[in-house]
Amino acid sequence: MKHELIPLFVAIPLGSAFLISLLGKRLKGLADTLSNLATFSLLFLSFLSITLVKRLGVVVYKVGGWIPPIGICMVLDSLTSFMLITVNLVAFLVTVYSISYMERYTSKWKFYTLFLLMLAGMDGVIVTGDLFNLFVFLEIASIASYALVAFGVEHEELEASFKYTVMGSVASSFILIGIALLYSYTSSLNMADISRVLTEKGNSRILSFVSGLFIMGFGLKAALVPFHAWLPDAHPSAPAPISAMLSGVLIKALGVYALMRIFFNVLGISSILSYMLMSLGVISMVLGGLLALGQEDIKRLFAYSSISQIGFVVLGIGMGTTLGILAGLFHLFNHATFKSLLFLNSGSIEYATGTRDLRKMGGLTAKMPVTGYSSLIGSMSISGIPPLSGFWSKLLIILAAIEAKHFIFASIAVLVSILTLAYYLKVQRLAFFGELKDSLRGIKEVPLTMKLSMIALSIICIFGGLLLVPGIQKNFLSSATQALMNGNNYAQIIFGSIK
Amino acid sequence: MIYLMCFSLFSIGIYCILVKRNLIKIIIGLGIAEYAVNLFFILLGYRLRGRAPILAQDQVVENMVDPLPQALILTAIVIGLAVTVLVVAIALRIYEKYGTFDITKVKKLRG
Repeated sequence: MKHELIPLFVAIPLGSAFLISLLGKRLKGLADTLSNLATFSLLFLSFLSITLVKRLGVVVYKVGGWIPPIGICMVLDSLTSFMLITVNLVAFLVTVYSISYMERYTSKWKFYTLFLLMLAGMDGVIVTGDLFNLFVFLEIASIASYALVAFGVEHEELEASFKYTVMGSVASSFILIGIALLYSYTSSLNMADISRVLTEKGNSRILSFVSGLFIMGFGLKAALVPFHAWLPDAHPSAPAPISAMLSGVLIKALGVYALMRIFFNVLGISSILSYMLMSLGVISMVLGGLLALGQEDIKRLFAYSSISQIGFVVLGIGMGTTLGILAGLFHLFNHATFKSLLFLNSGSIEYATGTRDLRKMGGLTAKMPVTGYSSLIGSMSISGIPPLSGFWSKLLIILAAIEAKHFIFASIAVLVSILTLAYYLKVQRLAFFGELKDSLRGIKEVPLTMKLSMIALSIICIFGGLLLVPGIQKNFLSSATQALMNGNNYAQIIFGSIK
Repeated sequence: MIYLMCFSLFSIGIYCILVKRNLIKIIIGLGIAEYAVNLFFILLGYRLRGRAPILAQDQVVENMVDPLPQALILTAIVIGLAVTVLVVAIALRIYEKYGTFDITKVKKLRG
């Protein structure tokens, strides 16, 4: 029961996607039930995986029974289970939400099929221990998300999806060139094996070229600033649950996770690389924040704010110190929860009022208390008001920057958090407070399942700070940080646990 | 030399994506870039006058072509096919909505 657990993370969503695509059209209700069941069991398994990792350390599954340097392997370590929990938690709440929300669209079963394919891709990227396998899963998730962005088949959706597809495919080509060069240098595709060979062979110029290619490729997937142009179009155009998934977890699983796994555990981080990551983070932080301030479309504002918050995460992780990585990972988890909450809120507003324009809203809290208050919690949390979860992670990032003597970055981070507060206050003031507009008299609160997932996410936002309590922190955050800090010892750990 | 040609093929693809205004030409550029990468990966495993890597009895293991890149590129080609189909479908829908393939006229989204 310990090795067999790992492939389930890919098999469950893939299998349910297959069944839904086969039967979903004929059997009404199957799509809803099956996909909720699938995401719930994935969430359960993710929690199980954390106890497993705690008990056994790193667990390796050999696909097809081949010994890893030759065959493909799937790896479960503490960072993996941390990411799995983040992804599957959001995925479960999003599927609960979409039961009611997706009634607005035709052919709900197609939505669930694509959704579960995307989830399979994301979980696959997280569990895999093989570089080319990572590329394949990355493409599965990306292709599903290209299709999901175009799900509404209206003018904006199609345009955004075209842009996203072209940019995403170019990024994938860069990643593939990187993998090819790395293969030619190390003659291996297994991440642990590559790391072992690289420590033996030492540094070379090709590695810096490969790092550059990976930063370009995965940076585009993570929407870091010079490569962010697709995100503000793609994320608002998708249906709200998908925006929540894309902004909440997709850019982290495909972009940030892959970046940190490859740079920390496979290639080994150098000071230039870490400085580069930090500068990219800071640029994203500032530009994303400034652009968000000027937006009138509520989902577009959230999308720009995602860029800004990803900047915080990358800044934290790029520092490469224990505290920095811990803070980065913690902010990653928090951002997954509150950003998906906010996107679900925007979906509820669109569901009730039919508009996304902030200027046409006003006084919504009176009519939609659950949406109003949960979005207040989400906004306060993301702008770093104590004692909500966002405060702690931002505080830790700033402290880590000071500890690592990056005073300029720390002060920029402080300024950007104030900027974040500014644009979230704008959302709150325009949408939820003030006079109720005449055109909005007739609106009602959203259905029960939508409320449920919003309430659950806001509870996580309130109590997210508890993750820093020593007992929980040790098993969850610190051990994930430790997995990254191990650096090139990754290889020995993996090969040690095979036998 | 042959790697250089691969690289120039890739550059042609990227140029096509960046400069062309017709949606279909952009898709073709995407395809060119993709195939340049595939070709590059295949060439990494190729050996001059190599032979197929079949391990049978009393065969000498020498001067074989590396089979792994070929297997990988098969997968990459399938992925490329999926992307191409999807993006062509989207382009067709765009043509239905906007009545044009010109990218400069397809702009309802701002900044």
